Amino acid sequence: MSLGLAFVAVLIAAAAAGWIGRARARRLRAAGRLHSLPIYHASYAALWAAIPALLILAAWAPIQSRMVNQAVLSSPEGKALPAFEMQRDSILSEAREIAHGDREQGFNPESSSIAPRIRSAERKYATIGGALALLAAIAAAALALRRVRPDFRARTGVERWVLIMLVAASLIAILTTLGILLSLMFESLRFFRLYPVHSFLFGLEWSPQTALRADQAGSSGAFGSVPLMWGTFFIGAIIAMLVAVPFGLMSAIYLTQYAPARMRSWLKPILEILAGVPTVVYGYFAALTVAPAVRDFGLSLGITSASSESALAAGLVMGIMIIPFTSSMADDSIAAVPQAMRDGSLALGATTSETIRKVLLPAALPGVMGGILLAVSRAIGETMIVVMAAGLAANLTLNPFASVTTVTTQIVQLLTGDQEFDSAKTLAAFALGLALFLITLLLNLIALRIVRRYREQYE
Amino acid sequence: MNSVAPTRWTDAAMRKRVRRRYSSERWFRGLGLAAVALSVLFLAFLLYAMASKGIGGFSHYQARLPIDFARSDLFLDPATLRGSDAAQTVAGADLEGTISKAATAAYGPSAERMFGDAAVARLSEEIVANPDVLKGQAMFWLPVSSKVDIAAKDQSDSASEQLVSALQQKDALKRSFNGRFLTASDSTDSSSVGVWGALKGTFFTILVTMALAFPIGVLAAVYLEEFAPRNRWTDMIEVSINNLAAVPSIIFGLLGLAMFLNTMNLPRSAPLVGGMTLALMTMPVIVIAGRNAIKTVPPSIRDAALGVGASKMQVTFHHVLPLALPGILTGTIIGMARALGETAPLLMIGMRAFVAAPPGGIADPATVLPVQIFLWSDEVDRGFVEKTSAAIIVLLLFMLVMNGLAIYLRNRFERRW
Repeated sequence: MSLGLAFVAVLIAAAAAGWIGRARARRLRAAGRLHSLPIYHASYAALWAAIPALLILAAWAPIQSRMVNQAVLSSPEGKALPAFEMQRDSILSEAREIAHGDREQGFNPESSSIAPRIRSAERKYATIGGALALLAAIAAAALALRRVRPDFRARTGVERWVLIMLVAASLIAILTTLGILLSLMFESLRFFRLYPVHSFLFGLEWSPQTALRADQAGSSGAFGSVPLMWGTFFIGAIIAMLVAVPFGLMSAIYLTQYAPARMRSWLKPILEILAGVPTVVYGYFAALTVAPAVRDFGLSLGITSASSESALAAGLVMGIMIIPFTSSMADDSIAAVPQAMRDGSLALGATTSETIRKVLLPAALPGVMGGILLAVSRAIGETMIVVMAAGLAANLTLNPFASVTTVTTQIVQLLTGDQEFDSAKTLAAFALGLALFLITLLLNLIALRIVRRYREQYE
Repeated sequence: MNSVAPTRWTDAAMRKRVRRRYSSERWFRGLGLAAVALSVLFLAFLLYAMASKGIGGFSHYQARLPIDFARSDLFLDPATLRGSDAAQTVAGADLEGTISKAATAAYGPSAERMFGDAAVARLSEEIVANPDVLKGQAMFWLPVSSKVDIAAKDQSDSASEQLVSALQQKDALKRSFNGRFLTASDSTDSSSVGVWGALKGTFFTILVTMALAFPIGVLAAVYLEEFAPRNRWTDMIEVSINNLAAVPSIIFGLLGLAMFLNTMNLPRSAPLVGGMTLALMTMPVIVIAGRNAIKTVPPSIRDAALGVGASKMQVTFHHVLPLALPGILTGTIIGMARALGETAPLLMIGMRAFVAAPPGGIADPATVLPVQIFLWSDEVDRGFVEKTSAAIIVLLLFMLVMNGLAIYLRNRFERRW
């Protein structure tokens, strides 16, 4: 019996319990008044049958895989495996795939001989787990069904289960945050055991290579993150913002202060489309259309180092992508300025543009700044545009026509392709991920605090 | 008290000042209009660039090719091709050699490589459909290789250009709709690639995302809006949901890699893992949209239901949730559209593998449309340029349909209280 089969069996048992419960409650209702409708008695029995059993199954799955591994490793074939952990794991995972019928043969000859061991051990432990779950389901259903009586408050019981499910659903958000933090920190700690923290944080050279042999030439990879941070900042916080802030701000001003309502109702959704275009499309556009144009422009200016993977091309396109975001943030903060301030300025004889520049914008400035910080946090976390249009060379340069690389580009670069999970190269990606996560988190917190304080000011 | 002379609006200096103020007003207004217009122009240019490059990917050139099977050394007997395994038998034969020989015979030595994988696939379909063609001479229209295709549509190297003009003189070249682009999967030959495999992978991935993110998101929104007590736990949940909505998508990819692949040993490149990763990313969006929708349901509805004796749970699930559903669905569709266009987290969990067969289920290796676009954009072969843009058109059409659906739902069902 496999765990999938046990899952189906538990569901069938729950359905059966529900059906029996409903039939019993209906029979009782013929005799007199029930506290709860039959459907609640049915749900009560079904929920009691299903949930504990499913929890047992979910808890059993990791236990089973550990037990199977132990059983296989203690078998004579398992003891013959190489002691080196990485090699052993790859053989084991191959053998697992053979045992599940996903592949015919592994690269390692040992995997075929282990596969039957895995299959029999899995069958044994799945039978134990499945039987446990099914027993729990039947026992719980029997207990629940015994309680079907006219005065039994089945609805309250069902509602308690539903409330538990609601709480569980909202806890998933916390679990996800914790999962992100823990997995990034765990892998980063392993990286920092191989590579010192201060060299990662302050190192000026990034050339991620790991040695195949210890005596190899150039074996020491350099993981100094400063060039990546600079590239990320240069593209996301400088070039992109030079495009997104003026365009977003002016569009917001025009759409909220000048444009007739009819025009606004057309233009605003059209601008929103810019935010809805998938980033991979922007990336392709940047690489295919914008980057060559930027390079030719650079060459015509006499900059011979103009690269076809320039910071400028990636930043420009990223800025365009962010326009609707900055525009809607600016829109919100301008709308939050009290009408009385605007009216007062207009009443003194100021023109609309003077009112906007001298009254509305200064008053809305904190909100606009918060919005820009949020836009920066979004820009530096953006991946596909820089992967496709910015380069891989880690340069510390101020030249926008040169190629720079970013944190996200390097994460993709380090983690795609063939990799073993323990090398410093792979772990470095997680350290970069942690840095990116913390930076964006910080930016978001600061921005939200600014925006909130500013809102309170006018309430 | 000093007396100030009244402003003289009519003197020259004042008039000049007013004129300057009005002209600066016009400038400012013009700048605003220019910003909006340029943004719209960017969008139009982006769409135009993709459409003009991609529209060619939906059509391809076919060339007429007479094949004399009697004189070819193709050892296929029509009698053996009546069974169900005919396709396999034909696949075992050297159709490629037969085609290149026939092409050389018909159009000279330069035509030896004018047909690619797509022609082989087409010919084998024709033979399976009608094995009797093998008995004698037959005429076929076969899709040409990507090199010749580019030469016919656009510019290319001189040898291919010459071949194309020779074919056109003989009236042996025609342009037609490329159905293969919508029904085939990834391939190494750009003339025979298609998006069907990627579309199927996208479908399975979004299905998993939807099945996980929608119920969890709605339940969490209901809890936070209707049941949650104000305490530290609730605050923590709220803060983490708002933060998750702003976490860069690639971080979710790292989470999926570390948790689903390396800890839970789920299959690599599978829509199951991709869908789970995207679900974690989409869930906060649905929660936020759901809370806003639930907030707009007026309290009088709750009070009325409570007044006739409904329990709190019945009020929520029988009255509040159905009324909030259009708003929740709108938010969900927008979240799904975002997940549909997402590439980076899926690269992290290995969905960038070359997958030539469309996936049969959620555990099979697959790729999705945005990742397919990314993979094709990396190819050196020039034939992939228009295929990439054509795939982008397909993706944008999907986004358009989903967002249009969201707007329709919002206008049709959303109630203002």
